[in-house]
Amino acid sequence: MRRLLIAIPYLWLLALFIVPFVIVFKISLSDLAVAIPPYTPTLDIAEGWAGFKAFLAELDFENYIWLTEDALYWKAYLSSLKIAVISTLLTLLVGYPIAYGMARAPEEWRAMLFMLVILPFWTSFLIRVYSWMGILSQEGYLNQVLLWIGVINEPLVILNTNIAVYIGIVYTYLPFMILPIYAALEKLDISLLEAAEDLGCSRFSAFWLVTIPLSKQGIIAGSFLVFIPTIGEFVIPSLLGGSRTLMIGKVLWEEFFSNRDWPVASAVAVVLLLILIIPIVLFQRNEQKQREADQ
Amino acid sequence: MALDVFAPWDDPNAKPLIQFQNVTKRFGDFTAIDDLTVDIFEKEFFALLGPSGCGKTTMMRMLAGFETPTEGQILLAGEDIGPVPPNKRAVNMMFQSYALFPHLSIWENIAFGLRRDKMPKDQIGERVEEMLRLTRLEKFARRKPHQISGGQRQRVALARSLAKAPKLLLLDEPLGALDKKLRQETQFELMDIQETTGTTFVIVTHDQEEAMTVASRVAVMDHGKIIQVSTPDVIYEAPNSTYVADFIGDVNLLSGKADPQGDKLHMHWAEGQPAVVGSPLEGATKGQDVHYAIRPEKVSISAEKPENAANAIQGEVHDIAYLGNISTYHVKLAGGQIIKAQSANNRRISRRAFTWEDKVWLSWTDTAGVFLER
Repeated sequence: MRRLLIAIPYLWLLALFIVPFVIVFKISLSDLAVAIPPYTPTLDIAEGWAGFKAFLAELDFENYIWLTEDALYWKAYLSSLKIAVISTLLTLLVGYPIAYGMARAPEEWRAMLFMLVILPFWTSFLIRVYSWMGILSQEGYLNQVLLWIGVINEPLVILNTNIAVYIGIVYTYLPFMILPIYAALEKLDISLLEAAEDLGCSRFSAFWLVTIPLSKQGIIAGSFLVFIPTIGEFVIPSLLGGSRTLMIGKVLWEEFFSNRDWPVASAVAVVLLLILIIPIVLFQRNEQKQREADQ
Repeated sequence: MALDVFAPWDDPNAKPLIQFQNVTKRFGDFTAIDDLTVDIFEKEFFALLGPSGCGKTTMMRMLAGFETPTEGQILLAGEDIGPVPPNKRAVNMMFQSYALFPHLSIWENIAFGLRRDKMPKDQIGERVEEMLRLTRLEKFARRKPHQISGGQRQRVALARSLAKAPKLLLLDEPLGALDKKLRQETQFELMDIQETTGTTFVIVTHDQEEAMTVASRVAVMDHGKIIQVSTPDVIYEAPNSTYVADFIGDVNLLSGKADPQGDKLHMHWAEGQPAVVGSPLEGATKGQDVHYAIRPEKVSISAEKPENAANAIQGEVHDIAYLGNISTYHVKLAGGQIIKAQSANNRRISRRAFTWEDKVWLSWTDTAGVFLER
């Protein structure tokens, strides 16, 4: 019975992660072909052991070498990393004060504030990103309001730039930043801040020396939850970003669907995954540490 | 040679360290502190004692600077500290929850306040070591708060609040989280530390035994007012009201009509019972409502009517509470009233003199109890 219970998550992992990964990895070692599916070789089980050997012999790392030869790919990886780092910092800057305000709000308000944070999830992600196009475009609401107030004379060009991508990412991933930080801040004992003040801290230094260190786990968790999906983000840069917004998710999409080059697309995906393993492992470590600290 | 008794409150020339002058504190409609005036002197160990919600914590938080008085003022060494924020006061507080910083080691916790004062590094080191020695925590300096026991945490909190050598140390229920044995040990430790450092301590507690043990003076509070301030023995032996008598220790309270006779006061309190005789209450007139408080340990219990006892009443043993070292007998009188009498168990239990439903005599001298007006 116990084994069965333990087996369930492993089966889940096997079916939904390991098997697809092996398939993608195999495709990344294959060659492009005008066929269905659009790559060779394919494994023919009927031919038995000899067939399997011939199949293995045809696999190679050509596509990975290709990734290093064309500057587009590493530029896209770097640009994705840059966008992910900057938007994680922006999300933190916007999310921390919100989480702080929620944690300090009167007890009876908190449930409602919590609801408001997760409310956007009730609408389709795609619709929400589309509506940002309506807000940010040159004839959009934002420019109309700014022109009407008189802050600007010419409409701002925001849509189809990296700024629109940052806005979209911060908006979309904000709840993932707020919730872990809120959880950390809510646990914070107010008497610790009073103790800090009692020992000579100003309000600000008490915040810096006590509140920030004690919400560190939440900041780290939130940052990873934003950073990891942002690197591979595809929808936001393709809808809000311009032709000059280079992100690996977009490259991946184009390789798959515009070029129909499944082997190279798979290689791009495998490298992306390898890049993401580092922050994911760090994230896991952080969670582990937190669990130990809680005990 | 007579010992020089520490009693600055009896010295009209002594200058108090802290003066509460007609301090009132309201939270909305609720009056937490009601027109309170009290002086606390240097090197005192002053206890604020009362049930929860009596305002003792509010008083302490006003001293620390977390609350400001609605009316009146608080003087520290003659200066009004109302407008001074907590981080600028020469007052430190030991929190009920200890409020140790979980992300810092014991050493860093103790150094926290010193660092805020921009003290030179080597002096910080010396001071922290001194505090660690004082609280016997040298071995734990590198540990984090969650890696030490409750008693050790309590000592860290004390060391941290003493590190800055404050003029006044506030202790908010400092021993509440400790078990009884450890609490008793720590009480004596606290007194030792208070004596060695010469710091003025103000302690908030709801535990009367703790207040009696550690304090030089105890203030018994109720509903935002101080009912009585005095040394522990006066509070116990000469309470000024039935509230104080009842709050501190165990007591028998009787109510009746006063009847002054010569240099004694008699009180008629129940049909068919002899009047209670005791030292007079100032200003008591015949027929006035008065109360009489007598501690159970001052009531003797005997089988025969004692001769020459100023007060003697007959009753029947209703209940016996055996506490090991002492027993409390609940004696039921003919009118149904219960009077408690305590006696030391200097014999083994099998040889106990009285048992349930025995007819017994209760007696006490005419100076054993006190008459109270309210």
